[in-house]
Amino acid sequence: MTQTPLLTITDLVIQAQSDDGPKTLIDGLSLSLNKGEVLGLIGESGAGKSTFGLGAMGFTRDGCRFASGSVIFDGIELTQASPKVRRGLRSTRIAYVAQSAAASFNPAYSLIRQYSEFPVLAEGRNRSAVEVDAVEAYRRMHLPNPEEIGFRYPHQVSGGQLQRAMTAMAMACKPDLIIFDEPTTALDVTTQIEVLEAIREAVREFNTAAIYITHDLAVVSQMADRIMVLRHGNLVEEAPTAKMMSDPQEEYTKSLWAVRSFKAPAKPLPDDALTPLVSLKNVTARYGPAGPDVLQNVSFDLHKGRTMAIVGESGSGKTTSARCAMGLLPRRAGDVLLDGVSLPPDYHKRSKEQLQQLQIIYQMADTALNPKQKISDIIGRPVTFYTGLRGRARTERVRDLLSAIDLDPNVYFDRYPGELSGGQKQRIGIARALAAEPRVVICDEVTSALDQLVAEGILRLLVKLQQDFDLSYLFITHDIATVESIADDVVVMQKGKVVEAGPKDQIMAPPHAPYTELLLSSVPEMDPGWLDRVVQKRALE
Amino acid sequence: MHAVLKMVVQRVALGVLTLLVVSALVFISVEFLPGDVAEQILGQSATPETLAALRDQLGLNTPPVERYFDWLGGILQGDFGQSVISQRPITELLAQRLGNTLSLALLATLISVPLAVGLGILAALKRNTWVDRTINIGTLTAISFPEYFVAYGLILVFSVKLGWFPSISIVSGTVTFAERIHLTLLPSLTLTMIVTAHMMRMTRASIINLLALPYVEMARLKGASQRRVVVVHALPNAIAPIVNVIALNIAYMIAGVVIVEVVFVYPGLGQLLVDSVAKRDVTVVQAACLIFASAFIIFNLVADVISIVSNPRLLHRK
Amino acid sequence: MTRHLRKMPLTALFGFAVIFTYACVAIFAPLIAPYPETAIVGPEYMPWSDEFLLGTDSLGRDMLSRLIYAARNTLGIAIATTLIAFILGCSAALFAATMQGWVDQVISRIVDVMMSIPTLITSLLLLTIFGTSVLNLILIIALLYSTVVFRIARAVAMGIVVMDYVEAARIRGEGMFWIMFREVLPNAATPLVAEFGLRFTFVFLTVSALSFLGLGVQPPLADWGAMVRENASLITFGDLTPLLPAGAIALLTLAVNFIVDWMLHVASGLKE
Repeated sequence: MTQTPLLTITDLVIQAQSDDGPKTLIDGLSLSLNKGEVLGLIGESGAGKSTFGLGAMGFTRDGCRFASGSVIFDGIELTQASPKVRRGLRSTRIAYVAQSAAASFNPAYSLIRQYSEFPVLAEGRNRSAVEVDAVEAYRRMHLPNPEEIGFRYPHQVSGGQLQRAMTAMAMACKPDLIIFDEPTTALDVTTQIEVLEAIREAVREFNTAAIYITHDLAVVSQMADRIMVLRHGNLVEEAPTAKMMSDPQEEYTKSLWAVRSFKAPAKPLPDDALTPLVSLKNVTARYGPAGPDVLQNVSFDLHKGRTMAIVGESGSGKTTSARCAMGLLPRRAGDVLLDGVSLPPDYHKRSKEQLQQLQIIYQMADTALNPKQKISDIIGRPVTFYTGLRGRARTERVRDLLSAIDLDPNVYFDRYPGELSGGQKQRIGIARALAAEPRVVICDEVTSALDQLVAEGILRLLVKLQQDFDLSYLFITHDIATVESIADDVVVMQKGKVVEAGPKDQIMAPPHAPYTELLLSSVPEMDPGWLDRVVQKRALE
Repeated sequence: MHAVLKMVVQRVALGVLTLLVVSALVFISVEFLPGDVAEQILGQSATPETLAALRDQLGLNTPPVERYFDWLGGILQGDFGQSVISQRPITELLAQRLGNTLSLALLATLISVPLAVGLGILAALKRNTWVDRTINIGTLTAISFPEYFVAYGLILVFSVKLGWFPSISIVSGTVTFAERIHLTLLPSLTLTMIVTAHMMRMTRASIINLLALPYVEMARLKGASQRRVVVVHALPNAIAPIVNVIALNIAYMIAGVVIVEVVFVYPGLGQLLVDSVAKRDVTVVQAACLIFASAFIIFNLVADVISIVSNPRLLHRK
Repeated sequence: MTRHLRKMPLTALFGFAVIFTYACVAIFAPLIAPYPETAIVGPEYMPWSDEFLLGTDSLGRDMLSRLIYAARNTLGIAIATTLIAFILGCSAALFAATMQGWVDQVISRIVDVMMSIPTLITSLLLLTIFGTSVLNLILIIALLYSTVVFRIARAVAMGIVVMDYVEAARIRGEGMFWIMFREVLPNAATPLVAEFGLRFTFVFLTVSALSFLGLGVQPPLADWGAMVRENASLITFGDLTPLLPAGAIALLTLAVNFIVDWMLHVASGLKE
């Protein structure tokens, strides 16, 4: 290791200005990156990954500043350099790929115009020559119609394609370093795998160094040579990928690695003769009178005491199915049965008893709780509304519910949602659903917005509550790992239709329906060789 | 049909519909007068016979719907009917005053639009610096001042103390262009101050919204200079918001024109409107209100059409 | 909140001080004013003197006393108008946002038409028809400004009714009033307070403008806008007395604007 590193960051401190004085976002981080090396930055939300990634470009967002430390790129000290010097390095030597390509492309210009902006401006090249390059780059990224796609505007191109076009743009000037900031987080797994492959190929081909920022361990293990784990702006641990995956040293890292191991105890299969608790029969629905059918002949049965996962990518109709069951989106055809009795399509028409049976827990705990109501009111209202308890009896009930979700009633009874963490808010959402004393609880992506450790706590709690309160769950998720850990039955959906439905062991084991196969094989695995294997296997088929 | 064309046609149709509805409202409002126009004209001297004769003469005995279409038809041919008080044709009253008001508003617009947009962008770029704070306090002060406070202040300084400009701006048909500018400078300056302040604050706000968008940060991360970020990346997307800001400020311009004309005794439409309201000359009020309302609706229509045409998402369909 | 109060900028402090002073003057007007509101106490257009601190007006009434009493009239009218506009606009907005569908469409289209005419023009038209009285003035201006309030409050409420907690209340089976007043209103209140200040300045300026045009508050009641008009001819003699009532309007508007500006600044900082 005698070569000079391309990028050396030493004891970098980045602070944000706030009314309470400076707040430290990055607290003395160091790194060194060689030419052609890919470094993975991993951490939960608030770890400072993005701030650090941007800092590596000598960039801080409005209201932030470099408080101390140094960022030396190829011998140039970026924290002290003039804005002109810093600007001069961007695109040509350091490039950036943002999380949301759809928001990061300027809507006013075509893709190829944005591709050629800096090759023309900074390198003084001829525009038409750059455009020939662009087509080649689009082809390398496996974009469809590479000759033509560049002349489209950002809103005319899908998210996965835009993300690849942005990677192509980042490589336009053949930079030495690219910062990838969660480039696939907003994508579905089947799209993600294509983007991952394209990015890795391009990085390898040009021997570009990269900093790959993500919260997804499996993804980072495919992309990076070396991994740094961050937490609260500090380094937890750093090691080569293989070693980090197999032998993490720190407790925090181990806990991150371990969360995927949770599994709910298996339950015996229900008797076929039993009437299902909730049953959707050939449900068809659309948004607005003229819209296309977003659900087509959707049927499935949820039995008492079981957890049914509805899994699919965005636009598959998984949430819409649940909304039809709740009566939030009135079905156009088909039927929704509760205990074999048909429920009115519109929730306005349902009786209080029918409404009480089905409760929902939302994905975003932030918007699910009224910020102006105390916890005791949020949970107490459904108690009074459905069971008529008031005064001391109601207070007792709310305290019991708080204890049931493992929050201390003495501490949280009088608090407002704004004073709680994300996981605590999600627990309150669960308690509110339980307060109605329902039989069925719809869980709409309840763990998707949470960090993995917190999410696992929620899953464990749900399993415990299922036993204690004899609940049935309709569990909507896009995450196969969550399905593995909590479901008894699985419904796979795609484009508004049910692809397959059945007990988990049957659905998750081969042979699969073709779409299920594609979905399952696209889920990144922790094994660093996974991406290569899948790509090879798909190439053979 | 091309999507943009379709949207423009839809928007124009909506604009025409709004104009019709507003004209109907302006027409109907007079029906709420205690008594009717004939009683209004004759006042104390009314006898049942003279009233009946006048109603007949004014066509008040025909159904309101028919009268509305007669009235509207007349306006479209340039005939606004007769003044209730002076009995003169309204078109004659309006003719020269409309020109005067337009020239006043035009002069104010020519000064204020570039000034407001320029300063607005400057304040947005220098956000949270002393430049921005100074501009912020300055514009807040300007929008807090009633038009007549500014107008009389300017008169006190520039015409009474310094004697540079006249304190009243009576323009007649015979004034030369230079004289007209000299006469209308103080009223225009008053209008400009108020409108510029409003317009600038809105421009600043919309540019700041724009600069916070991810693609603007992306332009920075690609190495674009501040100038390039604003001129090449932000401004093409700012046309629609800025045009809308300008159109919205036509309302301040119209309110301002009415007051400024009264202060400077300027023979324009606003002055006429205020006099007619005081005299309860309903037909003239109707006509003047319709003109001001139409101007506002048409400006907003134009602004919306420009926003549609400048939107890349609509221009380049999937 | 106390943290924000401590960091209040000078402009906002100035604003609160001005408003406090105006409130005191309005409330204690009879105690402070040296002469009655409408009494003719001397010759016309007296210059500033010990007897008449700010001189007398076109009818020989004491200028200072009228300035003081006008604080009551002008502020009273402006506050009453803004309150009515807010009650009308906010309840319509809450109702429209909660009900959605055709109710929302009908109210919104009516507001669109009312807003397609500049406020001053509509108020002039309506004042011609209904005549100029204080009550008409308040009702007309309140109605016209309620449309603006409706638009803003509806936008705020629309942002709230799509929240999951409102949906949760709906599918619990809660009635419309619970949703309007327990779920939506408490969350809409904060942004609407700043809006109230902003609307007050516009209402205040419009009412004063109408009075200045001779179509608002009618003599012999003292009103700042009307006082400017009554004494405007003094300007041509280099006397700045007519600017005093206009300045009183400007100062109060500025004070409210400074406070609103600070509140909006704090609110934008809280969002992050």
